[in-house]
Amino acid sequence: MAVAATTEAGARPSRAGRRPSAPAWVGTVPFFAYVAVFLLWPTAIVVVDSFKNSAGGWAFANITKLGDPLVRGYFIGSFKLCVLSSVIGAVFGAILAYAIASGNPDGVIRRLYLAGSGVLAQTGGVTLAFAFLVLIGPVGLLFHASWFYSFPWGITVIYTYFQIPLMVLVFMPAIDGIKVQWREASENLGASAWQYWRYVGGPLLMPAFLGGTLLLFANALSAFATIVAWENQISYIVPQQISTALSSEVGLSNVNVADLLAFGMIILVAIVMTGYGLLQRRAARWLQ
Amino acid sequence: MNALVAAAKKEGTLNVIALPPTWANYGNILKAFTAKYGIKINSALPDGSSQQEVNAVKSQHGTAKAPDVLDVGMAVALANTSLFAPYQVSTWSDIPTAQKESTGLWVQDYGGYMAIGYSSKYGTITSLNDLLGPKFKGAVALNGNPTSANAALNGVMMASLAEGGSASSISPGVNFFEKLKKAGNFNPVQATGATIKAGTTQVVFNWDYLNLPSYVGVSNWKVFIPQNAVLGGYYAQAINKGAPHPAAARLWEEFLYSQAAGGGQNLWLQGGARPVEQQAMQSNGSIDKAAAAKLPTVSGTPVFLSGPQSTDAANYLAANWAKAVS
Repeated sequence: MAVAATTEAGARPSRAGRRPSAPAWVGTVPFFAYVAVFLLWPTAIVVVDSFKNSAGGWAFANITKLGDPLVRGYFIGSFKLCVLSSVIGAVFGAILAYAIASGNPDGVIRRLYLAGSGVLAQTGGVTLAFAFLVLIGPVGLLFHASWFYSFPWGITVIYTYFQIPLMVLVFMPAIDGIKVQWREASENLGASAWQYWRYVGGPLLMPAFLGGTLLLFANALSAFATIVAWENQISYIVPQQISTALSSEVGLSNVNVADLLAFGMIILVAIVMTGYGLLQRRAARWLQ
Repeated sequence: MNALVAAAKKEGTLNVIALPPTWANYGNILKAFTAKYGIKINSALPDGSSQQEVNAVKSQHGTAKAPDVLDVGMAVALANTSLFAPYQVSTWSDIPTAQKESTGLWVQDYGGYMAIGYSSKYGTITSLNDLLGPKFKGAVALNGNPTSANAALNGVMMASLAEGGSASSISPGVNFFEKLKKAGNFNPVQATGATIKAGTTQVVFNWDYLNLPSYVGVSNWKVFIPQNAVLGGYYAQAINKGAPHPAAARLWEEFLYSQAAGGGQNLWLQGGARPVEQQAMQSNGSIDKAAAAKLPTVSGTPVFLSGPQSTDAANYLAANWAKAVS
C-alpha cells in the first residue's frame, strides 16, 4: 500500500502535461475487469452459496458445519501440512539462499541455482507425486520409506520439493539487500559474528523470513493435484474434501458444503496474506 | 426408427460426458456409433464422476454444450430423476423389470461384479484374508475414495460381504481395511492402468470389467471373486430432459440397447461388462458367445445394493473411513 501511494504521488506532476481525453483509470480497466471476472465474482458466488441450502434458499445455519468434528479435522489436517511444509521449506530455503548469496554474485553457481529454483518452485502435481511414489513408495526403486503414507510426514517431504526453491526465490532479494558495510561497521565496533546476527542481520531479515514462511503456507494450502496423486482414498485436507463434496457419486455430494469449505479457506488465506503484507511492509523499510 | 435416424442425422451431433475410452469398451462404442450414423460425438470430461455428469447437466442447462445422455451410478440416478426424460428403447421388454424405471427415466445398461485383480507373481489368491499376509506389503488398493467413488464404496462392501457382513452393514469391510492398514498392506494410491503398469498397485479392488488384463494393460493379471461375496453393480443410462440434441440422444440409446452383432450390448460384452439384456440375448442367440465365455465365472448368489443400503453405507464411510485407514 505504501508503495502504491508513493507511485501515485510521484506520477501526479507529469499528468498535467497529458491530453485530457482519456482519464488515467481507463488503463486499469482490463486489469480490474480480469480480477472481477476471475477473482471477485467467483469469490462472491462461493461466499453467497455457502449460506444457501441445496434448494437455493438461505441457510445461515450452514456455518455451524464448520464446527463439525469431521470438518474441523480437514482444517486441522490442512493446517498441519501447511505449517510443517512451510517451516521446513522456509528454514532450508533461507539457508540455501544465504549460501548462494555469499558466493560470487555473477557466478555460474548462483545463476544455476536461481534458474533451477524458478523451475522447481513450479514443479508439483501428478508428476512430482508420481516421481516420489516410484522412488520411495511402497515398491520404491530406491527403497521403501515406511513413513511414506503417514500423514502429514510423507506428503510434507513431497511438498518441500517445491517449497524450498520458492523460499530461495522470495528470500534472495532480502539477503541481497543486506549491505556488506553493515557487517564491516559492526565488526569495526567490536561485534562478534553472533552479535552481528543477533542485533543487526537477524532483525533485518526476520520480517522477510516470516513473510516468506506465510507465502509458503498459502502456497501449500491451495495445492491439490499433488496430494491427490500421492493418495486418493482418504481425505486429509480441505481441498480433497471440497472435491469429495463436489463429485461424490455415492450420495455424499453437497455443493453448498463445498462452498462453505472454500469460504473457510478464503478466510484462512486472507488472514495469512494480510500478515504477509504487513511483514513485507516492515521488511521494505530497510531493504530498499 | 427411420424417422428417428433422420432427425438425429439432421441434428448431426451428440454430447456425451464421463465416458473413459478404455472403460467397458466405450472407445469402440463411440467410434461405432459415429461410423454407423455419421453423427459427430463430443466427449466431455472422460474421467468425470457420475455426480460431475449431473453437475454439468445443471450448470450447462440450455446451452448447446450440455450433455445429451448420461451414464451414471444408481445412487446418482435415483437422486436426480427430475432431470431426466423418460424413454423406452425398442428392446424394452428384454430388460428385466427390476433394472429399469417403469417409465424409462433411467434404465440400467451394463454392469459387473466387484473383483480383486492381482499380479500373477503372487500365485493364486483363494480368500480375502490371504491379502493380510506379509507378501502383500503396500500392494492392496481401491479405485478411489469410497466416500466419493462408487467403485471404491463397492470394493469396501465386497470385503464386508466376504468378512460376514451384509448389504446392510459395511462396517466389517471397514474393519478389514483397518487390518490391512495395520498390516502395512493398504496402498492409498488411486489405482489406474498407469499405477498397475508401474507396479505401485499390484492388487486392486475394482469392477471385473475394469480388472481385465486388456483393461489394465498388463498380461500377467489375474482376477479373483470371493465365493461368498459376489457383489454386483450396474450403471444406468438417462437422457437429459433439456438435451440440446434430443433425437441423437434417443438414437444413441437405441444403439446402446441394440442386440445386433455391432450393437451396444455386444460391444459392452466385448469390453468385459455384462450387458443388461444378456439373459434375453442368450435365449434368442444374438449374444457374442466368444466374448460371453471370457467373463470371469462367479459362484454364489449375487448381491445388489438397494438405494437406501448404498446411502447407509456412504454415511457410515463418511464418519468412519478416514479414521480406520489413516
